Amino acid sequence: MKFFGLVWAMLWRSRARTWLTLASLVTAFLLLGLIQAANSLFSGEQINLSAPILITQARVSFTSPLPMRLLPQVEAVPGVASVSHSQFFGGIYQDDPRNFFPQFAVNPERWVRTFPECVLPPDQEQAWRTTRTGAIIGPQLAQRFGWKVGDKVPLKSQIWPLKDGSRAWTFDIVGIFGSKVADSCARVGNMYLNYAYFDEARQFGNGGAGIIVVRIANPDDAEAVGRTIDAMFENSADETKTQTEKDFSLNFVRQLGNLKLILYSILGAVFFAILMLTGNTMLQAVQDRIPELAVLKTIGFTDAHVLGLVLSEALFLCVLGGLTGMLLSVATMSALANAPGIAFPPINANLQVWLFALGAMLLLSLAVGVWPALRAWRLSIVDALAGR
Amino acid sequence: MQTILAITLMNFRSIGNRIGTSMVIVVGIACVVGVLIGMLSMSKGFEKTLKGTGTDDRALLLSAGVLSELSSGIGPDTLPLVRSLPGIKRDAAGQPLASGEIMVITELKKGAGPRPASVNVALRGVEPAGLAMRPEVKLVEGRLFQSGLNELIAGRQATQQFEGVAVGNQLHFRGSTWTVVGIFDSAGDAHESELWTDANTARNAFGRTGASSMLVQLESAASLQTLKDAVTADPRFRLDVTTERAYFTSQTQNFTRQIGILTTVVAVLMAFGAVFGALNTMYSAVATRRVEIATLRAIGFGGLPVVVSVLAEAVVLAVAGGALGAAASYLLVNGMTVSTLGQNFTQVAFSFAVTPDLLVRGMTWSVAIGFIGGLFPAVRAARLPIVEALRAA
Repeated sequence: MKFFGLVWAMLWRSRARTWLTLASLVTAFLLLGLIQAANSLFSGEQINLSAPILITQARVSFTSPLPMRLLPQVEAVPGVASVSHSQFFGGIYQDDPRNFFPQFAVNPERWVRTFPECVLPPDQEQAWRTTRTGAIIGPQLAQRFGWKVGDKVPLKSQIWPLKDGSRAWTFDIVGIFGSKVADSCARVGNMYLNYAYFDEARQFGNGGAGIIVVRIANPDDAEAVGRTIDAMFENSADETKTQTEKDFSLNFVRQLGNLKLILYSILGAVFFAILMLTGNTMLQAVQDRIPELAVLKTIGFTDAHVLGLVLSEALFLCVLGGLTGMLLSVATMSALANAPGIAFPPINANLQVWLFALGAMLLLSLAVGVWPALRAWRLSIVDALAGR
Repeated sequence: MQTILAITLMNFRSIGNRIGTSMVIVVGIACVVGVLIGMLSMSKGFEKTLKGTGTDDRALLLSAGVLSELSSGIGPDTLPLVRSLPGIKRDAAGQPLASGEIMVITELKKGAGPRPASVNVALRGVEPAGLAMRPEVKLVEGRLFQSGLNELIAGRQATQQFEGVAVGNQLHFRGSTWTVVGIFDSAGDAHESELWTDANTARNAFGRTGASSMLVQLESAASLQTLKDAVTADPRFRLDVTTERAYFTSQTQNFTRQIGILTTVVAVLMAFGAVFGALNTMYSAVATRRVEIATLRAIGFGGLPVVVSVLAEAVVLAVAGGALGAAASYLLVNGMTVSTLGQNFTQVAFSFAVTPDLLVRGMTWSVAIGFIGGLFPAVRAARLPIVEALRAA
């Protein structure tokens, strides 16, 4: 650490070059931060679905509603704590598909029982049960559109026409639910409608439950309970497929295609370019300073010292640029998540992303520092001072 | 003019001496252009597949206000009325060329490995007219499905993208077993990612009545308006009428916009990095040429030739990088086939398409980056204090 001042001075010997290299490093790590965060979002690490919940869907496709009569049978399976059902509503707000947010028609009593980690004030729960057109929303959704209890929300369903063939539904917000403990409720961006009214008012599909949401008593039983449920309906007209809620959600993302490959390809290109650029900077830095390094050796610095100095300089450069870029990416993401009217999920650079970034900084500084450092190490004083 | 050319050429001959630094521009810009073209070729390919689906002389009727076939439904009592609407072409036997089609979403596995993804695949029930109307659909293997039997034909992309889709194989959907009896080719359009069967068979097997949509052959291009007017005039219909091509073209907007935003964010950030790299390179190139430049100025050359020579060097290196990036993206991704979730909530297979306009776009970016990266160093080179530079030598 006592050579900090020396390394610092060496780093800024050529101001323009160091600034420009740092700027490139900052953009590279800003991209790394953003891409890694997107990647962890798509790979499900960000999906906060730790509740012991299974989703039973029709085997043919989750878009085919299961009939309501399956519910008691599922409820009777040992290990099942509570059963709810959920029908995707597919409504579009203000005719703009960019305003997308998920809405589900559910049974209020069953919903409250199945998602104890999401809490709804008792008076609002009562209002939801008794208001036919009542709907509850999560705080994230409330913030996005500035909705509050008492607001009317018009939605055009892409799937469900009303009895008269019109698709324009209107719901009254009667409650806003929250998390029981911090972030325990993963449904804060959703809207839940009153199933009884929905089923009565829709033109077709009446009596269909949608998917069945199963809360199990013990998370370790997930696989066994899922198998029991599916076995029950095997070879019937309503064959089911049961999986954990997390797998169910992940499958949505996986349907989009191999995003990981695309993201990593971009990252690969970014790092190849930054490797060339930083490597070149370090080579030049040593090249320009050969006489100075020789002087250092003359006044008693060992070969190892000089090697260490050059490596530390590379490390400083990469860590300085890398950390700045990462901090910028964190700032960008929180700005995006807090921006009103943007449907951007709050993604945080988690520990894994930071470790990956730190690893990248270390590897990069080694890759770009080793060659110039060895050159400084091998430097013979006489030749260097003679300018040979 | 001649002096500018002479000095620029002289400068180019010395690039070899600074090859390491020069490579920073080339590689940096190659990466930007490669990523830019690679990503845009994805939305180009998607557009190409969907916009290549359907024709202008067939019209699609959907429930009013829906965005996709999946959300649409035409009741069984409305179907015969729709068939007899004016503007619809009739075949030799006098029957209207109209096909009420059923869309059913089924799940198939995609990708090998222990945990393949379950993806949504469209199973389309078509009426005989639906096959007669679509001459682009050709059976390339096996035979056509027979009405009344649980038989289906699969699009060529479906056989490649999803597991277990081959002639003779059986697929299980909702308690029923279906046999794949043939493979069809439809000139690489979106239908090639689907499974097709007879509409009545699909109605029976999946307990559906009516149809999701109705595809009709128009008598002529002008008949579209006739058909639209007839639908609007009759209050029994709540339907939207579009040409088949317009419908499929509208399905690309979301995907194209999302890829466009993502690409712009990534490419602009990368371009910033590349500009810094180019500046770095060109400043150091100018520094290396200090004495040379000062000498030129001392013996009477003006500032302009110096500026041009530096700018030209940056731009030429940038163009080389751009060409390298374009070539790399072409070789790596062009023609690569992938599938993603379409508007219908089912998989659509498409191939990356590196088109000439994308190459032009990539080269434009590379020239712009090279120009910006060369401009400031060029100005500095022209302002170099001659005496000091010569004294330093």
